[in-house]
Amino acid sequence: MFVSVPALTAGGLLHGAPAFLALAVPSLAHLSSLDVAIVAIYFVMVIWIGFYLKGQANTSEEFFMAGREMTAWIAGLSFVSANLGSLELMGWAGSAYQYGILAAHWYWVGAIPAMLFLGMVMMPFYYVCKTHSVPGYLKLRYGQGASVVSAFSFAFMTVLMSGVNMFAMAEVMKVVLGWNLNFSIIVSSLAVAAYVALGGLRSAIFNEVLQFMLIWGGALLVPILGLVEAGGWNGFKARLAHNIATGATAPGDYTHMWRSMGHFTDNPMGIHWTGIVFGLGFAISFGYWTTDFLVVQRVLAAHNLRSARMAPVIGSFFKMAVPFIVILPGLLGLVVLQNPDGTLMNLVPQNLATPASGLHSYNEVLPLMMVRYLAPGLLGLGITALIAGFMSGMAGNVSAFSAVWTYDIYQPLIKKDASDEHLVTIGRWATILGVIVSIGTAYLVMNAAGIMDYVQALFSFFISPLLGVVLVGMFWKRATTAGGFWGLLLGTLTSIGLWAWVKADPSALRYVALSPDAKDMAENMYRALWSVIVAILVNVIVSLATKPKSLAELNGLVYGATTLPEEEPVPFYKNEWFWLVVAVLVFLALNIYFW
Amino acid sequence: MHSGHISIWFFIGVLLTIYGAMIFCYGLYELATGQLANVVLANLHAPVWWGGLMLILGLFYGVRFRPGRN
Repeated sequence: MFVSVPALTAGGLLHGAPAFLALAVPSLAHLSSLDVAIVAIYFVMVIWIGFYLKGQANTSEEFFMAGREMTAWIAGLSFVSANLGSLELMGWAGSAYQYGILAAHWYWVGAIPAMLFLGMVMMPFYYVCKTHSVPGYLKLRYGQGASVVSAFSFAFMTVLMSGVNMFAMAEVMKVVLGWNLNFSIIVSSLAVAAYVALGGLRSAIFNEVLQFMLIWGGALLVPILGLVEAGGWNGFKARLAHNIATGATAPGDYTHMWRSMGHFTDNPMGIHWTGIVFGLGFAISFGYWTTDFLVVQRVLAAHNLRSARMAPVIGSFFKMAVPFIVILPGLLGLVVLQNPDGTLMNLVPQNLATPASGLHSYNEVLPLMMVRYLAPGLLGLGITALIAGFMSGMAGNVSAFSAVWTYDIYQPLIKKDASDEHLVTIGRWATILGVIVSIGTAYLVMNAAGIMDYVQALFSFFISPLLGVVLVGMFWKRATTAGGFWGLLLGTLTSIGLWAWVKADPSALRYVALSPDAKDMAENMYRALWSVIVAILVNVIVSLATKPKSLAELNGLVYGATTLPEEEPVPFYKNEWFWLVVAVLVFLALNIYFW
Repeated sequence: MHSGHISIWFFIGVLLTIYGAMIFCYGLYELATGQLANVVLANLHAPVWWGGLMLILGLFYGVRFRPGRN
């Protein structure tokens, strides 16, 4: 099926993968003994780290917040790595193959402004109030009601997402390597349960940083060799233009980000620039990067306020670089991937890539590129990077679930006078419970694949309204307890209602996404935007009709009512504002260059 | 990261050193035997220079952040 597959067993040094990993289905790649050894060493390393860190996770502050000892670099890498899962890597590489460089919007305008806003504007309030979680901030700002709604929705969605992640990993390992689904699920979940239950958040963060290095080490070689083969960026564009002119590749503008955003029908994603800027760039991106506890937890673990502010700024540089290992391989796949007979390989949508057809789906472009260029050892490294990405995604979900369950559900609702030692025990059990529920979800999804779409839609229901409530609470002293609660509730119901409306009547898309030509992605963006707007409006209206909190109660929580701690002066190259300006300039330059 | 504790950079150094050494040695084996893996651009000997780079980085981090060193 693929030209370079036999290569992986070349040489007497190397042999096939152990038989217990094999499945009857044809796979994209076959691992050599060297590759299997590299994967195995990774598992040994993560378990070693878990056992080593067990001794540093004795108090709740150590277990759930990693002792708040992380440097800006570690918190920053962990922050960006928690979002760098393998599903995302493979999915966006596939999107780049399908839609071109438009996919990079999710890495640039869909991430950078929000990350910088979190670091420079919101982080001081999260950090100064010493909250353990985002629901914890809501409790301090709005009281128990909004906090409990947020905690339950977050805990529920987090374990479901962890299960979806687990199933997706097993699926990918089956397609790429032919591994058995049960084998992948059991091994990965045992490893994650072990190292998170042992070492807590510190262990999850360590493994995220490790995963980050592995992803770059395992994936960076692909675009480098791809560019060499394509003749550089200009060579790639020339070959792509030739392929489009000869009809070998579907026509479209694959190398510009903004030129085709003037109308929904001008680009293959069916998105208008207002959807990208306000829906993706604000409602979805700010919702995810500033209020999703999964990522915010990493920054809260920083050892001082300056590091907490610097961490997202550091993360933003790496986030801007990720398209080099994700989007670029997808684009290069358009011109370098070949069938065994030497003709240009055309990837197809998932539903057409059946085993009988012999075709590959868009989502397989990254593994295909890996198999094309990576010799034994290097392929093992690339596969290890994918496994590490999946596992750290699961670990991130499970560690965040554990913290929210213990601090925001168990302690306030079940055992108010729990000792610190008891909380750590609950946290460890919550980790194991989270993994067990995740396994259950993985098997649920396995038996009803359609659930996956619903779970991902469900996740979007809660994040954007939360943004509206947190923003109003953080920057408007007048916001009240009732305003926060009703804003969150009605914002969430708006999101669910709009989703159900379009499901029941697809023609409603013209109202929800402002155009009948809008596609799924545009619908998601506008739905998020409407739910933020409703959450903000309801919060403001209800707050104006109810009694505000006193200024003293808002100290450390709200802009204008908080005195931020003075920080020691540092040289300009250690100052977060300097690096903020550099990040903004790089962000603008990238968007202008690929306009 | 924490005095008296092993830094994450040390773990990364150990892993990069092991991986770098394995991949670099495989690259040398390819060079010595002439049995190149059947991958595109195998003539560039990526395992040699990529594995070597990882090995150097790994040794740097492993030594720089070794336990017991301030």
